[in-house]
Amino acid sequence: MVLNFNERSPFTFLMCVICIASLGYGANVMAFEPTSTSPSKLPPWSQVEDTDPDPDPGETTQAVFTLNYPRIQIPFEITLWVLLASFAKIGFHVYHKITVWVPESCLLISIGLIVGGIMHSLHEKPPAVLTSNAFFLYMLPPIVLDSGYFMPTRPFFENFGTVLWFAVVGTLWNSIGIGISLFAICQIEVFGVQDITLQENFLFASIISAVEPVAVLTVFEDISVHEQLYIVVFGECLFNDAVTVVLYNLFNHVAALEVVEAGDVFLDIGRFFVVGLGGTIFGALFGFVTAFTTRFTGKVREIEPLIIFLYSYLAYLIAELFAISSIMAIVICALTMKYYVEENVSQRSCTTIRHVIKMVGSVSETLIFFFLGVVTITTEHEWNWGYILFALLFALLWRGLGILVLTQIINPFRTIPFNFKDQFGLAYGGLRGAVSFALAFTLPDNIGRKDLFITGTIVVIIFTVFIQGITIRPLLKLMNVRKTNRNQETINDEIHKRLMEHTVAGIEDLCGQWSHYYWKDKFMKFNNRILRKILIRDNHPESSIVALYKKLELQNAMEVLDQMSGDISAAPSLISLHEERKNASKSRKKFLSSDVTNMHELLSKNMYKIRHRTVSYTNKHTLPDDITAREILMRRHTSLRRSLRAGSFHGTNAAKMSQKYFSLPMGRSLNSRFPPRRLVHAGDGDIESEINYSSIRHPQRVSSKAVMPLRPLNTLKEVASSVNTVDGQNEEQRGCRRSHLGSNVSRSGHLTSHLPHGSSRNCSDGDHDAWVEEPQNNSDVQHPLMRRPHWLPQKPHDK
Amino acid sequence: MGASQSGPVHMFQDLAYKTGFSIEQIKNLHNRFIYLTQAEDTLRREHLENVSDLALNPIRRQIIEAFFDKRNMGEKEKGCLQEIGFEEFVTVLSFFRPPKPHTADEEMKNIKKEKLRFLFNMHDTDNDGIITLDEYRRVVEELLSSYEIMGAETAKAITDAAMLEVASVTVGQMGPDEFYEGITFEQFMQILKDVEIETKMNIHFWNLDTRTVQCGK
Repeated sequence: MVLNFNERSPFTFLMCVICIASLGYGANVMAFEPTSTSPSKLPPWSQVEDTDPDPDPGETTQAVFTLNYPRIQIPFEITLWVLLASFAKIGFHVYHKITVWVPESCLLISIGLIVGGIMHSLHEKPPAVLTSNAFFLYMLPPIVLDSGYFMPTRPFFENFGTVLWFAVVGTLWNSIGIGISLFAICQIEVFGVQDITLQENFLFASIISAVEPVAVLTVFEDISVHEQLYIVVFGECLFNDAVTVVLYNLFNHVAALEVVEAGDVFLDIGRFFVVGLGGTIFGALFGFVTAFTTRFTGKVREIEPLIIFLYSYLAYLIAELFAISSIMAIVICALTMKYYVEENVSQRSCTTIRHVIKMVGSVSETLIFFFLGVVTITTEHEWNWGYILFALLFALLWRGLGILVLTQIINPFRTIPFNFKDQFGLAYGGLRGAVSFALAFTLPDNIGRKDLFITGTIVVIIFTVFIQGITIRPLLKLMNVRKTNRNQETINDEIHKRLMEHTVAGIEDLCGQWSHYYWKDKFMKFNNRILRKILIRDNHPESSIVALYKKLELQNAMEVLDQMSGDISAAPSLISLHEERKNASKSRKKFLSSDVTNMHELLSKNMYKIRHRTVSYTNKHTLPDDITAREILMRRHTSLRRSLRAGSFHGTNAAKMSQKYFSLPMGRSLNSRFPPRRLVHAGDGDIESEINYSSIRHPQRVSSKAVMPLRPLNTLKEVASSVNTVDGQNEEQRGCRRSHLGSNVSRSGHLTSHLPHGSSRNCSDGDHDAWVEEPQNNSDVQHPLMRRPHWLPQKPHDK
Repeated sequence: MGASQSGPVHMFQDLAYKTGFSIEQIKNLHNRFIYLTQAEDTLRREHLENVSDLALNPIRRQIIEAFFDKRNMGEKEKGCLQEIGFEEFVTVLSFFRPPKPHTADEEMKNIKKEKLRFLFNMHDTDNDGIITLDEYRRVVEELLSSYEIMGAETAKAITDAAMLEVASVTVGQMGPDEFYEGITFEQFMQILKDVEIETKMNIHFWNLDTRTVQCGK
């Protein structure tokens, strides 16, 4: 059975992977030896136990077959490590149950431990890849960019104060608290750590107070925790990375000094603010520059993702140059540019950007956890029971205390105060992770007890990640932490949210108040009036209501498909609404079946159109799956037609009229390109209707807007090509379609290349004109997308 | 002002008791009231329309109307007043008072209901207790009016979609001949039960504009 196979395969898989890795690693390290130890020219492979590349016995002259390992050594090792980490990731997800209970970071560390164990037994050291430079310049930026780019902006700004409060003050509280308590512990002679100075204690404390979001957030997401909690944890983790790094540098610098003066301390505090604010300003600057640049990339779509990455990285590097907070810089850069960039770039660039960011970020994170596991086994540890255990204890204690105290202070300022359960979630979710480890590992060597610190950090990380990470999920479930209400946002919700905001802003204006709604309003106005004009190519300001509406259209289409019969039950109410609109007198009236068909026609057409444009609004975790989306919409068409014909709510009249409707589109003569061949399988003339339908969209003025009209063809063609994804029910239909489209494919072939390119805005202009040609539609339609239930009284069909 | 000193204070206390504001807040609001009315006794629509910041708000008309709506005064009758006094001003503003911490659930529900009622009244301009498609559409149009590109069609489409949602959520499946009148208050409450109105629709009445303090005149 498939099940058994799946269950066993990951383990075998992992075992293979580990063996290969150690083999490979064995080969790698053995290659070190010639350069360091033996000057002999003998190839080193003969000394390897496991590997068996071709032994080239001692020929130093012209060899037929040579191996030049040192040349490729570094890239090779890096590749191998990354590959190994990725395999591990793949392996976990094959076996679903694990990932539910055990956060991924745990698993990665475990694998790292195993590999470390293997390497240790082979008496090898881990590659010296994890240097300070490598970490800070190469591995950290992707992680931070990932977090910054995918941060949900609106809730973030609403909770900005809270986030900053927890991040900055919380981290300071933690570091100082832990530092002082550890120093106190150091004074106790029993533990034998008196030589650790206060500064060093602070340094260590700042390292272990850096909280890491990944594990917690996945758990939070899984149990759909309240949005407020989620965003606060997310934001806190992000910003406390920045704070920690600043503190770390600060204490590092201070630890080197013999004597700390008060003046120094104040300077440092001042420096702290400079660093933070400087980072923010830099980031914003770069964000705007990026947005501005993307305004001009209309013709060179391929380099758009590159520009984004380059600018973000540049922001990071230049901030590093000035020793201001590079993490803040890159995060703010990502936040600012995201909004404008996503309007300027093409769909594909947008997808590419998201995917690459996610990919590189997750690789980086994976690698760090992996190294953690490996290093745990292979380094020499300095173990000191008292110090380390107390460090762990204090870390937990101070975090809990900190959350408690800080929440009490900030709750009155919040519109939604945190209750105890929330606080527990916050405190318990304080897992340490990648950043702490990297910071510890890259401590300068002049710190006397560096090994102790590393060990301590590793212990804290492993404890929190394993114990807290595994237990947080059942605990939160048990405590029934406030769940999110955000199941499915409806249009009503969005409208009323906006209504409320405007109302509150209005009342505040009346009362002469200033609050964050006021600032938000002001900013939005500034944004619309000035910023958008400068930074966005085709400035079509769009309300969030409209954006949501579009997104919902798409989702509706997909949902409808899941229930093959379609949500036709909604139709009657549509009709009733339509009736109400038609007659202001509100009298009951029999609706005309032609109106029904009109309505459905419009609905389907809108689905068709909307799909293309709302792709950019899909979830960040999913790749906008064009093929299935189109499939879905095609199927919806057919289902609608089928159910209409079946006369699900009206008698024969509807059926007849609909037939007629479909065969003769709106008084337009059939386009000769689509001869309505009656096909065998379809039986109900589905195909015919489809083809005719597409013919409708083939307006007469092909000349002026040649690109858009053939879009449907393109779609249909692609549908035909993706046979596998649709169930058998539609296969015949598709088969038939394919034959029809043969003639048109060549035609549309050269034009399809145009379609994916170009901003969606341009397409809409084309659409607009194409739509206007529709006979039954009213000419004052401006926005083709918004043509959903569009029942205006002056329908040509009426009577 | 000597003799009438106790008068306003007494009135303030009554108001504080009735609406739940503190005396301090009522004093601030009184100052603001005087500022808005230019020291006249009653507030009229023109006074509110003169507030410059409000001019940019897309739904200012509804907001202003809300102040003159009798239903918001807690009266059973419907209709509009032409001018209101300080008491009515504060009554309307009390809809936006944040609930005190540790309010019981029952109390919260009431508060939420009141706030929703306020919003409902904003929609339902003809006072018939039902939000019809036209009324809803008007509000949506106003909301979207700050985005010039969108036309009336967009608002219509969105309104229709929204009404459809309401219909499907509250009434469920309807027969083909049935006819959906409009949104009643119960249905309104039902569809908006997920939006946390009691926490979002709040104004912390502290930081009033300092201009109001020097009311002069």
